[in-house]
Amino acid sequence: MFFEELLADDGRVEPRDEMPDAYRRLLVRQIAQHAHSEIIGMQPEGNWISRAPSLRRKAILMAKVQDEAGHGLYLYAAAETLGVDREDLLDQLHTGRQKYSSIFNYPTLTWADVGAIGWLVDGAAIVNQVPLCRCSYGPYGRAMVRVCKEESFHQRQGFEILHTLSHGTPAQQAMAQDAVDRYWWPALMMFGPPDADSPHSAQSMAWGIKRFSNDELRQRFIDMTVPQSEALGLSLPDPDLRWNEERGHYDSGAIDFTELTEVVSGRGPCNAQRMAHRVKAHEDGAWVREAASAYAAKQAAREGAA
Amino acid sequence: MRDWPLWEVFVRSRRGLSHVHVGSLHAPDAELALRNARDVYTRRQEGVSLWVVPSAEIVASEPGQSDAFFDPAADKIYRHPTFYDIPEGVEHL
Repeated sequence: MFFEELLADDGRVEPRDEMPDAYRRLLVRQIAQHAHSEIIGMQPEGNWISRAPSLRRKAILMAKVQDEAGHGLYLYAAAETLGVDREDLLDQLHTGRQKYSSIFNYPTLTWADVGAIGWLVDGAAIVNQVPLCRCSYGPYGRAMVRVCKEESFHQRQGFEILHTLSHGTPAQQAMAQDAVDRYWWPALMMFGPPDADSPHSAQSMAWGIKRFSNDELRQRFIDMTVPQSEALGLSLPDPDLRWNEERGHYDSGAIDFTELTEVVSGRGPCNAQRMAHRVKAHEDGAWVREAASAYAAKQAAREGAA
Repeated sequence: MRDWPLWEVFVRSRRGLSHVHVGSLHAPDAELALRNARDVYTRRQEGVSLWVVPSAEIVASEPGQSDAFFDPAADKIYRHPTFYDIPEGVEHL
């Protein structure tokens, strides 16, 4: 069959190609949840725009949050190439039938959290997303290329915030450390459950959607991040973290995946707040959509009359 | 042929890459536009997929106003990763 030959040859599937229904469904689910994560991800950081410590930080943060909205739009457009409707996807998000990344259900308690999100959360997202640029589905891969190019500034601005704080007063240093202490484990959970408990992974890898396993990507992130934490002068909250010469990787402590299950199941610190905010934003925006449609209809009627 | 509409031609050179504009041609309808585009623009296997779009349907920004139109992006240099100072020796950022 054409589809299988294409994948065997590491080729790319494009929208008009025939593809198995299950492949289409898996992609819709993944791309939609990825898109939802981008737009829900605007909330924890958006929380700090009005309280950024300087005009420079505020302008940067606004640009970053705007980027997240843009990433959501690239991804919804990629999902639509599979024959689904954006309104339906949003409806599934709003009614809890589709999920978003569990990381955005944690609160941003201090300004340092904005730094920790940029450095750790966007850092982990980059590790996840770079291999997706080579995903077997063309439109998803191309959206990822754009996203990854833009993520680089996100990670750097987070690193810079933490670097400034960790070289500041003892109180600023403590605030930076506290943010890293709270975000380290949730960031590691962003890679998903361990390979042994990840039911969809094998099929996703066979179809060339996923290129590396959850545990491989998690290890890659840890290996990249430990030296960066040393440059920041901040510690990571894992007493078992040490370099393993033999493996050529860092060893790390066990992750409490019951927390991930809880947050994914809707019992994280901010799940209800995030969804309520999203639904309200959507409802509050209804008049803008209606006005745009009414204006377009009026213009069309005028042109028809002329 | 004077009355035939103009069509813009886009070619996907291989799977995984997006369609790229390669030029235009005149044709009386969409089907002939597609066939003619194949003959004019992909004689050397330049592509695996073709799009033809009526030129009149394309809405374009005004070249004369491009400064004002794209200006909002010009002063936001902090959108680029090179804006940030990273300490010597820090990798993978």
